[in-house]
Amino acid sequence: MNVRVGVLAVQGAFLAHSEILEELGVTAVEIRQPAHLGGVDAMVLPGGESGTMSKLLVSTGLYEPLGKLLHGGLPVFGTCAGMILLGSSILDGRDDQSCFGVIDIAVRRNAYGRQVDSFEDDVDTTFGQFHGVFIRAPRVEEVGRDVEVLGSHDGEPVLVRQGVALAAAFHPELSGDTRLHEFFLSHVAGLVPVAINQTAKEM
Amino acid sequence: MASSSEHLTGTVRVKRGLAEMLKGGVIMDVVTPEQARVAEDAGACAVMALERVPADIRKDGGVARMSDPEMIEGIKAAVTIPVMAKARIGHFVEAQILEALGVDFVDESEVLTPADEAHHIDKFAFTVPFVCGATNLGEALRRISEGACMIRSKGEAGTGNIVEAVRHLRSILGDIRRITQADSAELFDWAKRLQAPLPLVQEIAQTGKLQVPLFCAGGIATPADAALAMQLGAEAVFVGSGIFKSSDPAPRAKAIVEATTNFRDAHILAKVSRGLGAPMTGIGMDAVNERYAERGW
Repeated sequence: MNVRVGVLAVQGAFLAHSEILEELGVTAVEIRQPAHLGGVDAMVLPGGESGTMSKLLVSTGLYEPLGKLLHGGLPVFGTCAGMILLGSSILDGRDDQSCFGVIDIAVRRNAYGRQVDSFEDDVDTTFGQFHGVFIRAPRVEEVGRDVEVLGSHDGEPVLVRQGVALAAAFHPELSGDTRLHEFFLSHVAGLVPVAINQTAKEM
Repeated sequence: MASSSEHLTGTVRVKRGLAEMLKGGVIMDVVTPEQARVAEDAGACAVMALERVPADIRKDGGVARMSDPEMIEGIKAAVTIPVMAKARIGHFVEAQILEALGVDFVDESEVLTPADEAHHIDKFAFTVPFVCGATNLGEALRRISEGACMIRSKGEAGTGNIVEAVRHLRSILGDIRRITQADSAELFDWAKRLQAPLPLVQEIAQTGKLQVPLFCAGGIATPADAALAMQLGAEAVFVGSGIFKSSDPAPRAKAIVEATTNFRDAHILAKVSRGLGAPMTGIGMDAVNERYAERGW
């Protein structure tokens, strides 16, 4: 089966995600218009500027059809700005900024400060340590009952899952580690066999 | 569950990471907090805070310097997107001040009057990331070897004329394509001719791409200009005078953002290019008395 994963490509670090997905043997499809959504088995919402992405979701007409698909159970993985878009409320966002609400979390934008405060550090996850790259990162400030916290940094949740939706406050696409994408494709989305390679087995 | 590793800021990965996040976006020059809000409302992914847009620097003449910190603070307070600001080439103290102000990116820019005629800033010494201009691959690789985390093709700022940006993008990307065809012995000659570090040239031969994101600047005035830069291979665009020197900035800004996202879709480009009013007048290259792109070494 040819698995097709849509990567939201209105703005941001979509290419880095596409490269990892292709490396893992699935087809990455850049999504810029509603017509591109046909036949995708899952979605990735990359990092970027969440306000800009939110506006472009509306102007491209993607916001409604994508929201419908996500609420209808399309598996989705969001990183950084993508996490903000998947959450249920945005703190310190713009008034006109919207989110899909498929993970019951309240997320604060740029919670760690400005770019000079961006950092990298290890993240403890349920499947071992992961090196997290945090760029003007959001912070999860409230976690709903149905949300599983899969990873944390300094005691704060940075990797969360609700059903088939997974979100990270950091950028696995920048650290050259494919484990999170593998975890998403196999465990969260159920699109590829669980043990696609050695690293997946170790999880 | 304590992390064993160190909390690291200002690493190459963290600095280049912000450049990655700006891909596919439009960075707009703004001179007031009001313009910054217009830019953010239009969907800019970042703003460049400066005192005068390049078209005015060109018109007024004189020495162009880093902006007043108060003005930069005002713009920072007005928007939630990243704020960039310009330092003069080689003026590492202006860069130190910009870092202390908490700007998100420093542009070591040829649009300002150079402070050093031989040396660029040692950008590895900073936590804040830097973007630098380049007219060709050699210049781009020298800037990367000094620590630049983003390269923008220089174009000719303040002209509203895309021709120089096209020349520079074609030069940089054309040489990258040629290097991927070169054999290992030829790479030594490429490094010599480009006046660039050999390891960076060898890396390009392997990967087929620049080490850092390549954006386009200098002369973009219309949605079609932005899409042209993107189709040629730029990964995002800077628009300087092109927006706020046009007759109706807000709709033009929004149209350029949409054109940058949908840069391959001519139907969308046709739709967003309609009814935008007059673009900035622009000038032909023969009438340009001072070429900013020639600044930088």
